[in-house]
Order: sequence, then C-alpha cells, then structure tokens
Amino acid sequence: MIAPVAPVSHTTPRAKPAGRPFLQIDGVSKSFVRGSMVSEVLSRIDLRIDQGEYVAIIGHSGCGKSTLLNIVAGLLEVTSGAVLLEDKEVNAPGPDRAVVFQNHSLLPWLTVYDNVRLAVDKVFSGAKSRKERHAWTMHNLELVQMAHAKDKRPMEISGGMKQRVGIARALAMEPKVLLLDEPFGALDALTRAHLQDSVMAIHQKLKNTVLMITHDVDEAVLLSDRIVMMTNGPAATIGEVLEVDLRRPRKRLELVDNATYIHARAGVLEFLYARHKAPTLQAAE
Amino acid sequence: MTRSAATIARIETKENGAIHPASAAVVPFPDPTREPGRLLAMSREAGAIVVPPLIVLTLILLVWQIAASGPKATLPTPLRIWQDAKDLIVDPFFVIGPQDIGLGWRVLTSLQRVAIGFGLAAVVGVALGALVGQSLWAMRGLDPIFQVLRTVPPLAWLPISLAAFRDSAPSAIFVIFITAIWPVIINTAVGIRNIPQDYRNVARILRLNQAEYFWRIMVPAAAPYIFTGLRIGIGLSWLAIVAAEMLTGGVGIGFFIWDAWNSSRLSDIVVALVYIGVIGFVLDRLVALVGHFATRGVAAA
Repeated sequence: MIAPVAPVSHTTPRAKPAGRPFLQIDGVSKSFVRGSMVSEVLSRIDLRIDQGEYVAIIGHSGCGKSTLLNIVAGLLEVTSGAVLLEDKEVNAPGPDRAVVFQNHSLLPWLTVYDNVRLAVDKVFSGAKSRKERHAWTMHNLELVQMAHAKDKRPMEISGGMKQRVGIARALAMEPKVLLLDEPFGALDALTRAHLQDSVMAIHQKLKNTVLMITHDVDEAVLLSDRIVMMTNGPAATIGEVLEVDLRRPRKRLELVDNATYIHARAGVLEFLYARHKAPTLQAAE
Repeated sequence: MTRSAATIARIETKENGAIHPASAAVVPFPDPTREPGRLLAMSREAGAIVVPPLIVLTLILLVWQIAASGPKATLPTPLRIWQDAKDLIVDPFFVIGPQDIGLGWRVLTSLQRVAIGFGLAAVVGVALGALVGQSLWAMRGLDPIFQVLRTVPPLAWLPISLAAFRDSAPSAIFVIFITAIWPVIINTAVGIRNIPQDYRNVARILRLNQAEYFWRIMVPAAAPYIFTGLRIGIGLSWLAIVAAEMLTGGVGIGFFIWDAWNSSRLSDIVVALVYIGVIGFVLDRLVALVGHFATRGVAAA
C-alpha cells in the first residue's frame, strides 16, 4: 500500500536543513471505540516535517485527514504512536500548535479585535505589556488586512474575512506549527484564491511551519512544498508523498502552463482518482 | 406599541435638541412639503398599533357590563368597579393609614420580594445549570430529580417551607425561589450542552483555565438559553407572588387580594388583577430587553 516517495520534478531537489525533524509524526494510529465496535481510522502514519516547510495533506473525505490534524493539535489522543515537536511529545492542545478551523470558530460575542486579543492576552500575559499586546493584536490584523474591521462582530463580516481573522488569531499565538483544517473549504472560488495568495505571502514573510488539510488539488500544489496523499479509510495511511519543486514566490497565473506544476497536479489527480478512487458510499460528500 | 412610541419620542427630542443651539445663528426652516407628510405617516403607524387593542378592550368592557348587569350577577360590572375602587385606580401612591395605601406601594413591596427570590433563583439556577450541563454524571444524577420537582405547584411548597423556616418572610421568598429556579437550571444546562465543540477547542488551544472558560466562553455562549430561562423564571416568580404573600400578610399585592376576598371587596380584586397583569408584562419585557443587549451577536450567529 505504501508507495515509495516519488519526486515528480526533474530539477535539483530542494536543499533541506540537516539534523532532526522539527515536527515528527511517529507511527500514529487512531481507533475509535463505540460500544463493542472498534473502527481503525488511521494506521501507522509516519511523517517528518522540517522547520519552515509547508505540507499539505490531501485525501478523499472520510479518510481521516482531519483526525490526523486534530491529533497533531492535541485535540485527540493517539491510540498508538506519538507526535513530537522539537523532540518533545505533544499530547495536549496548546498555542504552540494554533489551528485555523474550517468554520473559522470565531467567538460571535467578541469583536474581531477582541477575538484576536483574547489569544494575545492568554499567550503573552506575562511576556508583553498591555500596550505591546495591543500593538501585537493590531499587527496581526494588519497582516491579514483586517485592521479596518477591528470593531465589527463576526456576524457582520463575510466568510472570507472571518477566515482572515481566524488566521490572524492563530498567527498571533506565534505558533511553532500552524495547522490549517481546510481553511478555504467553505469559501467561494474567488475569495478562496485571494486568501490563498494572502497565506502564501504570509508564509513567505514569516517562514512558519504549516500543516494544511485540503481536498483541493490545485490548492495543494500551489501552496505546498510537499503533498502528503492519504489512502482511503478505514485504516487510512500515507499512500504517497510528492515534492512540489516550484520556486517561491509562486504566481498563480505563471504556473498555469508550468511543466512542474502540471506534472505535480497530474500526479495528485492520478493518485486520487485512478489508484485510490473514493468508495461509492463516500463519493456523495 | 411601547417601542414605536418611544422611537417617536426620541426623534422629537432629537429634533428639538438640534433646533435649540441652531436658533442662535440660523433658524432652519422646516420643509413645508415633507414634514407634515412624515408626521402623518408616523401617527398613522402609531394609530394602527394602538387603535385595535383599544377597540377590543372597549368591546370586552361592554360585553362584561351587559353580562354582569343582570339581577343574579355575581361579579361587579366595570362601572361598579370604577365607583367602588376609584381611589385605587386613579392614585397608586396614596397613603391614608397603615393598611390603607395605594396599590403602587403594595406592588413595590411585592417586587422587592420577587427581586430577592428571583435573584437567588437566577444565581443558584445558573450555577446548578452549569454543573448539570458540564458534567454527565451530575446530569444523570440530578436531571430526573429536577424533572419531578419542577412540576410541583408553588402552593404545595408553602407548608414545607413554613415548617423548615418557622417564619413567614423567608418562607415566602423560598416559594418564589423554588418556583423560578427550574426553568433557569434546565435552560442553562441545555445552553451549555449546546456550546459548539469549536468553541471548546478554541478554549483548549488557548489553555483557558476553569474560571476563564466559565466567563469567556460558557456564559456568553449559553447566554441566549440562560435568558430564555430567566424570562420564564421571572414570569413564574410573579405567578407565585399571591401564594407567597398569603403567608406573609402585610402590604404586598398578593396579600391585598387575599385580604379583599376575605372582606368581599370584589372590585378591589379586579383592580389588583389588572395591576398584577401589567407589572408581569413589564417584568417579562424588561428581562427580554436585558437579554437582547446581553446576547448581542450570539443569538443571530
């Protein structure tokens, strides 16, 4: 089932920093027990992610990719195996692994500013003064171009704007790893493209380590350094890992007829729709 | 009805306020073509809200008058009530003797009792509701007991509370408390059980402690439910006031009805019923209004 890593590109491979991996997912399995029924969702997932790397996990719905992200976030416990961040095992949620949720999860009773400020106050209560926390909150809102709406409540802004605030809240925690759980899944195509560009620009600027769940092939190829393709559940595992060797900054329009881009895209499509077709039951999403 | 009237009043004061400072320099001419039209439309709108209930009320009074006019009628007619209880209707705040005071004073005394009983019920109810909503064990243990106790009518609590407190004042407050607390507990628990997993996840990632979680997530997220419970609770506690004040005597509106019945002043009872109805309506709207402001953003999300 596990195919060897197959680099698609024919150019020189990306230079990687030597040494131990930054984030290490080590033989992680996850089973859910309901009564006497035990269903294995994830089976022996192994993945190493370097600092500053942008990794996308792609797979059909129901393959357990969100489960994997929740395990890295610490929101779910592993059945066996471990997740290590800088050689320390993580088994509880924390601001060092901030999550951007698919449905933004902003607190509706707080303004845009207060949503970010809540995170800033909590994470930097000892380290920053009141004034610095205010400045840091505004800095992160400016980073996602949402400073103008700081006094609005989540219900008063559009879906794309909510997701921007969600990203600002996560970035404001200065996480070691940024976890994106289908962050653009609920957005229309134009808003989605706009937001993808913003995320690319932010990643370029901050060089943060990102783990992103997606089911959008173009999104995965455009944004990531590596694409992790998951087999279908039950007992899903990593089927293949694809290096996307495209220089940054990447421009959406220039990539349309780029050979590496087309090749990578074809590789993912082939994996998802030829070799690991979605079971008919799960096809109706 | 009340809201539109208030809006009109606010607009008028605003216009007055704007004209005053301006009159020192330039006197703005009211637009002769548009101003009367707007006023007319506004008064028409207000009329559409006020007129129907007035007509229906008049009809009801008329039917009542005719029905209670017969020689064998047991209840007083509206005209008779007006003659008997004119002092009670016209002036709510007169003081003649220690037991001969306006209904306004009596209502205030009753409201004070309700405030204490309902206030306690709100605090204890939200706390117990939070416990039941948070802990599965507490829910399984307490919920069946709550479901049984909440069906006990206010009057049935009287003897047991008298036996327990051996004093009428705390017993009366206890009756209001025990009547109002159930909807607060049950709605709070439902609200807390319905907090979306996403908010809990946010709290976990931020590592909010128990107190932070309670104030920053739990209370605001469950606020719409809590206020539904409080609104039902204030209605019930006002319902329990007559039962509670049968015990305490003195000056409450509930005791006034009991006292009037014992001395066959039927007209006074009818007036007191109207007082209780109007105050109950105002209390309900008051809690709804506080809830509206307290849950801004959450209810519509």
